[in-house]
Amino acid sequence: MRCENMSLHLAELADGFDGPTPDLACDIGSCLRCQAELAQYRKLLRALATLRGDYVVPDDQLLNDILESLRPPATVHRLHRLNHRNRRAAYIGGIAAAATAGAAGAIVIAARLANGRHSLAS
Amino acid sequence: MLESAEVDELIERAKDGDHPSFEELVRRTYADTYTLAFRLVGDEEDARDVVQEAYLRAHKGIKRFRGDAQFSTWLHRITANCANTYLGRRGRHEHDPLPDEPAIVDSHPQIDPEERAGIGDLRDQLTEALLALPPKLRAVVVLRDIYDLSHDSIAEQLGITESAAKVRLHRARKRLRERLYPLGEEEQARAV
Repeated sequence: MRCENMSLHLAELADGFDGPTPDLACDIGSCLRCQAELAQYRKLLRALATLRGDYVVPDDQLLNDILESLRPPATVHRLHRLNHRNRRAAYIGGIAAAATAGAAGAIVIAARLANGRHSLAS
Repeated sequence: MLESAEVDELIERAKDGDHPSFEELVRRTYADTYTLAFRLVGDEEDARDVVQEAYLRAHKGIKRFRGDAQFSTWLHRITANCANTYLGRRGRHEHDPLPDEPAIVDSHPQIDPEERAGIGDLRDQLTEALLALPPKLRAVVVLRDIYDLSHDSIAEQLGITESAAKVRLHRARKRLRERLYPLGEEEQARAV
């Protein structure tokens, strides 16, 4: 068999699960190029196996995103309800603060007007 | 390694619906899952989407985890399946599909590859070479030769036959070898 046609067979043989057929063994045994190629495949497989221990480190946000997406619906609902309640309290507080400020302003203006009348009268 | 009695206990509790236990499993595995997803889809943002989808599926299916395989292997299969679905969707939305047989170019032809391997940067070259493979070929070589999944499991997750998975694996290995150990012109001429 020509060396070019051997390449895919060598790629298959490299992990060593299936032994070569007698024909292939004969071809490999008599061809230095095929032997070198087989050795390169084995080296490649060893190098690939070492990548198993390497990690591509993700940023911290990924973990938060995963956990957020997994949060049970009840918890999410409770959180939304809590947010809604907090928002309502904030609105009411804001309106109350605005009303108080308005009333205080009206009192101040009324007091000034009253003082003005007193000074005109005297 | 992830597998331990403590992890088994977390898995059992997660199967009983204990959410904090599942969260702890996520904390212990997400870097590994992300690495696999990145190796399969070749893009950080896409890998994030794949990982999130994988954990959602794992969360839904944890009750069906029987413990026949290791938890990490089970998670790898789910991740591979999600990545395959994701790549399929991405392929449909891309106007310029990836060519099936892109040319392999050695980016440093002036340096002898054997020498490069000798000085210990083979792994970097390999990572680069893996990312340069077409996604379909990359998936099988990553799952088989890095993550040690069986041929039938790979075929199942990628939705192809076992023989197709083997053919892709051998093509992928051939391309990687050709990239990492290119033959000299003289040697090519001598080849018979």
